[in-house]
Amino acid sequence: MKTKRLFVVVAFLLIAITLFTAGCGSKQTSVPGNQNQGKDKLKVGFVFIGPVTDGGWNTSHNNGRLYLEKQLPYVETIFVQNVPAGSDSERVMRQLIQQGAKVIVATSFNYGDTVKKLAKEFPDIYFLHATGLEVAPNVSTYDIREYEGTYLTGMVAGKMTKTNIIGYVAANPIPCVVRAIDGFAMGVKAVNPNAKVKLLWTSTWYDPAKEKEAALSLADEKADVLAQYQDSPAVQQAAQERGIYSIGYHADMRHFAPQANLTSFTWNWGPIYVQEVKAYHDGNWKGKAIWASAKEGASTIAPLNDKLVPADVKKLIEETKDKLSKGELTVFKGPIKDNKGKTIVGEGQKISDAELVKCNWLLDNIEGKL
Amino acid sequence: MEMVTLLTATLHAAIISATPILYAALGEIFAERSGVLNLGVEGIMLVGAATGFYTAVNSQSLLLGILATVAVSLLFGLIFSFITITLRASQVVTGLVLTIFGTGLSAFLGKSMIGQASPVIFHKIPVPVLSKIPILGHVLFNHDMLVYVLYLLVPLSWFVIYRTREGLNLRAVGENPAAADALGINVFAVRYFYVCLGSMFAGLAGAYLSLAYAPSWLENMSAGRGWIAIVLVIFATWNPVRAALGALIFGGVDVLGFKFQARGIGISPYFMRMLPYLITIIVLIIITARSQMAKNLMPKALTIPYDREER
Repeated sequence: MKTKRLFVVVAFLLIAITLFTAGCGSKQTSVPGNQNQGKDKLKVGFVFIGPVTDGGWNTSHNNGRLYLEKQLPYVETIFVQNVPAGSDSERVMRQLIQQGAKVIVATSFNYGDTVKKLAKEFPDIYFLHATGLEVAPNVSTYDIREYEGTYLTGMVAGKMTKTNIIGYVAANPIPCVVRAIDGFAMGVKAVNPNAKVKLLWTSTWYDPAKEKEAALSLADEKADVLAQYQDSPAVQQAAQERGIYSIGYHADMRHFAPQANLTSFTWNWGPIYVQEVKAYHDGNWKGKAIWASAKEGASTIAPLNDKLVPADVKKLIEETKDKLSKGELTVFKGPIKDNKGKTIVGEGQKISDAELVKCNWLLDNIEGKL
Repeated sequence: MEMVTLLTATLHAAIISATPILYAALGEIFAERSGVLNLGVEGIMLVGAATGFYTAVNSQSLLLGILATVAVSLLFGLIFSFITITLRASQVVTGLVLTIFGTGLSAFLGKSMIGQASPVIFHKIPVPVLSKIPILGHVLFNHDMLVYVLYLLVPLSWFVIYRTREGLNLRAVGENPAAADALGINVFAVRYFYVCLGSMFAGLAGAYLSLAYAPSWLENMSAGRGWIAIVLVIFATWNPVRAALGALIFGGVDVLGFKFQARGIGISPYFMRMLPYLITIIVLIIITARSQMAKNLMPKALTIPYDREER
């Protein structure tokens, strides 16, 4: 009796695990076949922590990959999605190197330990580590100055609000999120000094229902433009439900709420990939910290919603975008005070990169706490 | 007036937030009342959400979406029943496996649906006349169909469990299956029926998420609500009416946390979020510390497979 029971449990476990890994998988299928064609091509291996179809972080990196293939005809990319950090990521990266990848792009912060370990073992392989902290001779970290893009979305919000209350739904108070929100608030302030940004923390990166709840709470507080630093498009849907405006994050979220979404902040990784892979191909590469900006076209926004955004606002955004891309405009320019009255930088001064990296203050037009 | 608006908005949002948890919890109450602990709720919710959304998108029909959810979650209930009731495998292990399996399966099946919007969703239907009542009208009668169904299900579940012969049989099977068997109740049939019913409710909880609450398919979109439902069942001491109140508290704290934040009221949202679980632990301590209460509240045969030969 007992053994029979045990047997059933084990059998079912096995079936479930097989199916589960199949579900997570597409590891085999996602590797483009045709080995012969790409024999002389430079192979670049991409590792993703989630599905490339998530419409957010992973999709943005995958768009960068496609851009790279298009821009550099001598490049062939191999990619594996849904790879958890740890021993799985190590196995996958080793496999990619065995398949001939010369550049490995690790698109999640969580791959840090694996990259560090493998970089020592394979000194000839060039590793690119997204939002990483440690640079090595053959490891470059790369990130995007998101605050330039969110500055633009903040301007849109500041122009479009009528109640002068803009809602912001954000995940967790860590520097990169706080920096994005501060950039947004700077944009709001630049075009509408009377507007306030009401900030709500959800303490979750991803919980559509909770994100929507937070958004609706802000709408109840008379916010008429909702922005987000969340992975799901729930805030956009909430805005559409209430007949107010919204601004997306990570990727273009228009199709989730065509009657509400004004624009979205988008990560554009393509230019970084092209620059670094080209450098590797030309033989002048070295490990460094890359913080790409609007200059490279990396920190940008999705096309404005023409049905909702008036022409003069559109013009203003285009002009500002142009200034940013020429490096004529600094987002964090003094005087800047935080919402507790403390001076962050004085008149005419700029904030250094070192200070931006550990950004832990909220601009004085933000109602919220860290 | 200001306070009234805040209260109305909070209660209205709390009901919506409570709905998916309560669906799942009602189902779990039925299953546990029959003596079967189903830890697969989270997985079934996800599969239900994915199936409902997929069917609704492709058929452009909400009814078909709901029917598909019911069918698939019933199938999951049958699988779970077969393994735990007929084969008498461990309910805990099987439930956990079902959750892992459901999470993976829904992610696999849902891949093509990520980023799609459903052409048909559950819209809010204000009840004529009733929704015009000041305050209560908006709080209670400005919701979608699935919420109204829940209004009926709660008292109905209570009535079935405590006031009908069927409910008496159900409780007997959960308390003492051997005695129930001796009285001529088909223990296996009762358990199969209520586990499948419970599974169906869990599936509906998922469909509520993907077709009404946040209408879209997103991987792992239940975000732990299945587990909250299981906690809620203990909180409610296996009583549907208490479960409804509990769900309002569980759902309400999140909403209230946001409202407080938006108003700059200084109660930590982390503390608020912790509160329901703290209360649950206290309830659990009280009912287990007082053996008399435990005897009356927790189905005695819970998690024990029934075996006629071992009688």
